Amino acid sequence: MVSPKIKNIMNTEAIDRSIIRLAHEILERNHGAEKLMLVGILSRGEPLAVRLQSLIKKISGTKTPIGFLDITFHRDDFRDRLVVPQVKGTDINEPIDDKIIILVDDVLFTGRTIRAAMDELNAFGRPQKIQLAVLVDRGHREIPIKADFIGKNIPTHEGEHIKVLLKEIDDKDSVLLTQSRD
Amino acid sequence: MNFSKLKKQVILKGGQILDPLTKTIVKRDLLIEDEKIKAIGKVKTTKSAQIIDCKNLIITHGFCDIHVHFREPGREDKETLETGSMAALAGGFTRVCVMPNTDPPIDSPEVIRYIIDRSEECPIYIHPIGAITKGQDGGELTEMGAMLAEGAVAFSDDGLPVTDSSMMRNALDYATMFDIPIINHAEDLCLKKDGVMHEGIISTNLGLPSSPDITESNMVHRDLSLTELTGGRLHVPHVSSAKSLEHIRSSKKSNKKVTAEVTPHHLFFTDNDLQNFDTNLKVAPPIRTKSDKKALIKGVKDGTLDCIATDHAPHTIEEKEGTFDLAPFGMIGLESCFGAVNKVLVKENNFKLLSLIEMLTTKPRKIMGFNNNLLEIGTSAELTILDPKEEWIFSKQDIQSKSKNSPFVGKNMYGRVKFTINKGHISSK
Amino acid sequence: MKHRHLLGLKDYPAEDIKSIIDTAFSFKEVLERPIKKVPSLNGKTIVNLFFENSTRTRISFELAQKRLSADTVNFSASTSSLKKGETFKDTAQNLEAMKIDAVVMRHPTPGAPLHLTKHIDAIIINAGDGTHEHPTQAILDMTSLYEKFGFLKGLKIAIIGDISHSRVALSNIYGLKIMGAEVTLCGPSTLIPPFVEDLGVDVNYNVDEVIEWADALNVLRIQRERMGGGLLPSIREYRNLFGITTERLSRHKKELVIMHPGPMNRGVEIDSAVADSDQAIILEQVLNGVASRMAILYLLLGGKLEEGKN
Repeated sequence: MVSPKIKNIMNTEAIDRSIIRLAHEILERNHGAEKLMLVGILSRGEPLAVRLQSLIKKISGTKTPIGFLDITFHRDDFRDRLVVPQVKGTDINEPIDDKIIILVDDVLFTGRTIRAAMDELNAFGRPQKIQLAVLVDRGHREIPIKADFIGKNIPTHEGEHIKVLLKEIDDKDSVLLTQSRD
Repeated sequence: MNFSKLKKQVILKGGQILDPLTKTIVKRDLLIEDEKIKAIGKVKTTKSAQIIDCKNLIITHGFCDIHVHFREPGREDKETLETGSMAALAGGFTRVCVMPNTDPPIDSPEVIRYIIDRSEECPIYIHPIGAITKGQDGGELTEMGAMLAEGAVAFSDDGLPVTDSSMMRNALDYATMFDIPIINHAEDLCLKKDGVMHEGIISTNLGLPSSPDITESNMVHRDLSLTELTGGRLHVPHVSSAKSLEHIRSSKKSNKKVTAEVTPHHLFFTDNDLQNFDTNLKVAPPIRTKSDKKALIKGVKDGTLDCIATDHAPHTIEEKEGTFDLAPFGMIGLESCFGAVNKVLVKENNFKLLSLIEMLTTKPRKIMGFNNNLLEIGTSAELTILDPKEEWIFSKQDIQSKSKNSPFVGKNMYGRVKFTINKGHISSK
Repeated sequence: MKHRHLLGLKDYPAEDIKSIIDTAFSFKEVLERPIKKVPSLNGKTIVNLFFENSTRTRISFELAQKRLSADTVNFSASTSSLKKGETFKDTAQNLEAMKIDAVVMRHPTPGAPLHLTKHIDAIIINAGDGTHEHPTQAILDMTSLYEKFGFLKGLKIAIIGDISHSRVALSNIYGLKIMGAEVTLCGPSTLIPPFVEDLGVDVNYNVDEVIEWADALNVLRIQRERMGGGLLPSIREYRNLFGITTERLSRHKKELVIMHPGPMNRGVEIDSAVADSDQAIILEQVLNGVASRMAILYLLLGGKLEEGKN
């Protein structure tokens, strides 16, 4: 029998502090909120993007436009697996041309999700820039993708998994490192 | 299938002899010498005698099918008189009547002569049924007298109905001079339209054009009335519906000149079996509902149906492998007949084996006026030996016909023909 | 998906119909984008095998296939060249030899798609087999109803017209009953198949009563070829008794959704004004047709089904 070992890497306060820092970094790098648009990658990129939107408003006074991506149809493993899309679905109802898109996701791992997201964004127009904000970067990229804004770096080994829990979906905030022992 | 000449002396040893004529079943040995029945009972064996072990088997009259299609002349690609004979022997049939819807049709004494001559070369007895009308086009009567003289045994336009009622009346009337049956394929072609199956809930589910049971029973009723009017003899082929049975049953109460047959497939299948659009189940008349099937079984048991006839109808693979609308109507049936009807009637519906054998031997022979005294000493041996209880599955290898259009492949059979002895030869699996 | 092919909706699992409808809504969003393409069926080859003319259905399928990045091939066999089924089998075997992934087939004979499954290994989608089924039409109809009402269970749908010769009707009956809707058929008695109540539907020849009862009407095309065949006396008679006319609808003060599978005989079974009104969702049906066909292709040609996760 395999029993996973679970370690709480970030609690509510740690997560909040990281997200506040991310909001500041995004504004600093881009010299303000002009032209910014947040795009959360479903499912947990959505609440993170919404939190960032409200923090950016608090700090800069600007309410950045926000959108969401369901990357199911753009996955690169469509030859191997059939995945049925989320009920919520993609929702980009503003033109993205010439905007600075901040893609938001909970965990950056192989990078394939981000590639799919960028592929999907292509269907909506041509942004001026695309930048990536993630709560956790756990390493092990399989394609050349880099995050611009990182909440926390959590290097992981094989057999380890990162699970992000967010209040809006999971009733609590937590970043868990799980391990399956063989 | 093994097919060989009978030795001078052949002994059928240890079997039960079922005589449908005397309605007896007795355990006896049977000696055939020089192709004729020499002795029944105590049998002296010689060293050179061929012994056939008939333990647990039934020996009876060779089966007789009064409704088959052997496609010769014209469509020898589907069946010839020889290949049809092999199919018959495999099913235990020693004697058949062939329907005239060939090309050219059997509608003249010359073609009757052709069939008679050809049948001499065949290992079974083949009797031609002549067409009622020339060319089977419903226009003019055929030369029935001359055809009978050449060897015709009955008349039918089978494949097609005699639509014109006055023509049907004339045929029945004319035939009274010869005391032979008129066989009409009862189907109101106007009501049938382009129907390919029975009109019912199944046809609605399948979206296939269909025809209701009265397509058949209306015409059966007409034929029965005309028979009463003319005093002729009517044989109703391939009865498929409960309604037709009601008309026949009622008519038979007062009319002894009416007989009727049923096919194995109408007893075995229902329209529900057509759900997968199997073209081998596309037949005319169509296979109908469960309650029609039940009525047919009842008709067998109460004698409304006199005999079983397969309506063996070979069609090429190319013709049957297309879509349902284009496939021709009909299925082969000689090889699968006994296993199928024995299962439905004897095993599942308490019909007596003796009564079933009557429907395959004495009753059809009586309709056609053939000799029924097949177990008389001195008669040419025309016998079928069967296992009444063998459970087996009908397979492609059991088909001897040139054509393979059988929906019985893969189906469970009960009872099996083991040997057929006829015209000095014996055939077996 | 329980079944490999989509040959018809008879006995089709309700969960799978729901999956298709849900996925269709996701694809509808794709159809609103500036660039209407997803790579999901990249590298798959789909043949549109049409033995019967149908520009609309074929175009709908073609668009669906192209939006999914699949390779499309069109094969039209004219009915006059269809000899004795040889062409059918040969055509099927030729396709098999070319190693295609799926066939979308329309054929005038009921059972033809099932027949095709015996000859080739590809996934088969029935785009209409004679007077039997037209499952993708029924699915897009149900998608449209679901979009309009938010549910199907207990919804009252009336199908009006030549039911006997309509594969749209039969597939809709199967699909709607599986999803728990109530169905009433309305049309000339000669054009309603026997034993149809066994499918769980009601029959009512009074179209005004049916309109009062229904939440939505699915108006079928009356085929002019049926006139003079002894089934229907005239167009005028049909219109008087069953036509969904402006005048008739004005007599019923109620919310009613009007559907039509197309092509329409404006002025016969349906008035122009009705077809163009706000109650009609006919154009939505067309768009949902592409989206639901995308969903069907995606779900059938994909791999093993998993829960949606990114």
